Amino acid sequence: MTHMFESALIQPGTVVNLSRRFVLKGLAAAGTLVIGTSFLPAPARAASAWKTGADLMTGGTVNNPHVFIAIDPSGIVTILASRTEMGTGIRTSLPMVVADEMEADWSRVRVEQAPGDNIKYGNQDTDGSRSVRHFFWPMRQCGAAMRMMLEQAAAARWEIDVTSVRAQNHEVVNLVTSEVVGYGALAKAASALPVPPVEALRYKDPRDFRYIGTGAIQIVDLRDITMGKATYGLDAKMPGMKFAVIAHPPVVGGKVVSYDASETLKVPGVEKVVVLETPPFPLAFQQLGGVAVIARNTGSAIKGRDKLKVVWDDGPNASYDSVAYRAQMEESVTKPGLVVRDDGDAEGALKSAAKVISATYYLPHLAHASMEPPTATAHVADGKCVAYVSCQWPGDCQADVAKTLGIPREDVTIYPLLMGGAFGRKSCYDYVIEAALLSKATGQPIKVVWTREDDLQHDTYHTVSVERIDAGVDKDGKVIAWRHRTCAPSLMSTFKNDYDHQSPIELGMGVVDNPFDIPNLRCENPAAKAHVRIGWFRVVSNIPHAFAIQSMVGEIAAALGRDQRDMLLEMIGPARTLDPRTFRGVKDFWNYGDPVETWPIETGRLSRVVEIATEQIGWGRSLPKGHGLGVAGHRCFLSYIATAVEVAVDDKGNLSIPRVETAIDCGFYINPERIRALCEGGAVMGTALAKNSEMTFKNGRAQQSNFHDFLLARITEAPLKVGVHIVPADVNIPSSGVGEPPLAPFAPALCNAIFAATGKRIRNLPIGNQLAT
Amino acid sequence: MVTLHVNGQDFSYDGDPSVPLLWVLRDELGLTGTKFGCGIGLCGACTVHIDGAAARSCLLTAEQASGKEVVTIEGLDPSGNGNHPVQVAWRETGAPQCGYCHAGQIMNAAALLAKTPKPSQEEILAAQNGNICRCGCYQRINEAIILASAGV
Ligand code: FES
Ligand code: FES
Repeated sequence: MTHMFESALIQPGTVVNLSRRFVLKGLAAAGTLVIGTSFLPAPARAASAWKTGADLMTGGTVNNPHVFIAIDPSGIVTILASRTEMGTGIRTSLPMVVADEMEADWSRVRVEQAPGDNIKYGNQDTDGSRSVRHFFWPMRQCGAAMRMMLEQAAAARWEIDVTSVRAQNHEVVNLVTSEVVGYGALAKAASALPVPPVEALRYKDPRDFRYIGTGAIQIVDLRDITMGKATYGLDAKMPGMKFAVIAHPPVVGGKVVSYDASETLKVPGVEKVVVLETPPFPLAFQQLGGVAVIARNTGSAIKGRDKLKVVWDDGPNASYDSVAYRAQMEESVTKPGLVVRDDGDAEGALKSAAKVISATYYLPHLAHASMEPPTATAHVADGKCVAYVSCQWPGDCQADVAKTLGIPREDVTIYPLLMGGAFGRKSCYDYVIEAALLSKATGQPIKVVWTREDDLQHDTYHTVSVERIDAGVDKDGKVIAWRHRTCAPSLMSTFKNDYDHQSPIELGMGVVDNPFDIPNLRCENPAAKAHVRIGWFRVVSNIPHAFAIQSMVGEIAAALGRDQRDMLLEMIGPARTLDPRTFRGVKDFWNYGDPVETWPIETGRLSRVVEIATEQIGWGRSLPKGHGLGVAGHRCFLSYIATAVEVAVDDKGNLSIPRVETAIDCGFYINPERIRALCEGGAVMGTALAKNSEMTFKNGRAQQSNFHDFLLARITEAPLKVGVHIVPADVNIPSSGVGEPPLAPFAPALCNAIFAATGKRIRNLPIGNQLAT
Repeated sequence: MVTLHVNGQDFSYDGDPSVPLLWVLRDELGLTGTKFGCGIGLCGACTVHIDGAAARSCLLTAEQASGKEVVTIEGLDPSGNGNHPVQVAWRETGAPQCGYCHAGQIMNAAALLAKTPKPSQEEILAAQNGNICRCGCYQRINEAIILASAGV
């Protein structure tokens, strides 16, 4: 294992509470056998059994046991988690694949977190719901190779053929004599053997998996979390560390003109202030700029910032007003936009339709609001940087910190700690860059803490969008025309100037990949310029796209007097396999970064989850007064997911959600227990975005600042009965994605249920007091 | 100089006594189990026990906490093994996702059960309503509290 980076900056033992360092020290002291790269010819790259797009990402994948596994003489197996943990359980799931395939006993497995390094560990961008999709096979190969090396070593020890031994639950059995030898005793010999090539690997029969697919393994951090011992980014400790809070430009892209820190410096505990430059657009992952207040503790730094007087040049976004912007977008969707899909003749079919149903939907900006705000701790000294971070992209972060500091990548060590939620915000590591710059400027280890106000007011926001759909129905009630105009600033604007249309990434999230069986289907994308940083928010553009499309299905059903589920299933149509690259007018189709050949659109799978969710909620049963059922089904992140919601709306218009049923088909899966948790959580996050959450802007400034005006779902309003149904799949059905999808169908299912309960159609989110009577 | 009595130990803090207890616990005493979420009493991430009752450590200055019995998540089970019934129930139900809000959730629930060992469903929800979980673990948090109150 090669992640035992001993920083010259931190003396061993001086970092408190970062158990990883002590563990490694301890192992080394005990004469640990370390399987390291020194034994290795060339790193074996993974050839996945299902073809993915992983190799298009920096570092691709790595399946080398020397990189991921260490076995000490006592038999403790240490497995590296290379993807970072934000609450999905991935830090448990991927090591579990290695352990299962190598026949390790989970109770003798320790999981350690890999530092940021895309080249050594394979790509570490932990987002896009792609960790299992891209790394199941490389991790399985890694485990299989290790198991075969252990078997080989045992066979050599007994001087028998390798076919006469079998690895089994942390030991190898001699099938001739029934002798056994433990993994610890074999490790040294095993590590000296060549790694078998992928073609030579023998895999376990999936029926023999002990952990994969069982849901019996709890997350590795569970006990520590319940004891307050789990170490999150905000909990990093470095000797001599100081705390920084930053007055960021109130308008994105703004600059410090002048500042007066005289009162700030009088605050007890405040030590200094440092100006951070605002880089020119595009900002990408760079710092926002501003004035940092550095103090002995965060509380003093916050007090110091309160006393700071800064004169800002607000820059080009100073006039952003989200009310005016919405009106502009609503105007844009009344006119034709850039055509991004054009099957048949939608315009003609709309003209000749017996009935046209039209609706325009609005969804506001959202802030991620992970409970742990963005944070990083860095120490820059002697031309090197060590940072402890809460970050989804530690590998890219390593490269960018190096670039910012002008030092080689190898001289930057990024230790990812647990993230207290992330939801896409922590893919952007501007706050790590801030910590590195501030440490460089002061020569001290600096922890940057974003307050909740910083988090909400300087986020990489979920986009704001207006979606208009016109559907034409013929005299027999069949939907023959569909025109979807989607207008939203693009997240690509954060990386490229003048990016005014949605990118293929966004259009591939439900718009051009619309699976409906409609002969005349046209999608248009009017321009929209961004005035804030737009980023990835869990399930991203599927939020507005699924909301509009699935609400429209409900509207069509209502207009025709049809059942909503039947209408949806009819529009999905018969089971077909679709390749959106063949749809007319679709350019650069983006299939979540993965090949259509492996993950085409399979409409039968979509219908199936709709059927399961609705069956489970008892679709069609008689309901108490004020109750209603609604459903939405959507393909996103290559998975198929449907949610059915039962809502209750009282006389005053207060809504509650007595029951939710979600069905997901995510292909082959590792940990059903975490899939359930993520679906339960998606319903809660969905409740927040449907009912309460909205970020608005005036004069370029975010108008919400904390949880009194950016509202999340609390336990009294959250659904507490969420049933989750996972479609079983064997290992031949490629894994797709789980982290993001649960959020997509919730809001439209809820609003369809509200319509069923009250006859009121919600077209603008959040619902707020729209139901008040 | 402020003296704080935390988890049965005395600590002295020589900085600004008007700084919130939260930051003194975390940044000065190294007790990082207590989390920061909002700083204004709206999320519950910073919940500790002050003389046995749940309190938001972001709303209380170090000075106000001095002379009181402060218990943080690290001291909830005085044996240090994490086996307070609420902690055990939390693991039983697999409640956490990212886990960040859970120290506050657990401290809040433990204070509820200390006062009301058999809370009704309404009492549980009312007590936990000040604790936000962005990952959305409420269903299992509710189950865990019911389980803990059943004395399992
Ligand atoms: S941090 Fe104290 S209640 Fe949110
Ligand atoms: S578990 Fe992530 S905020 Fe509650």
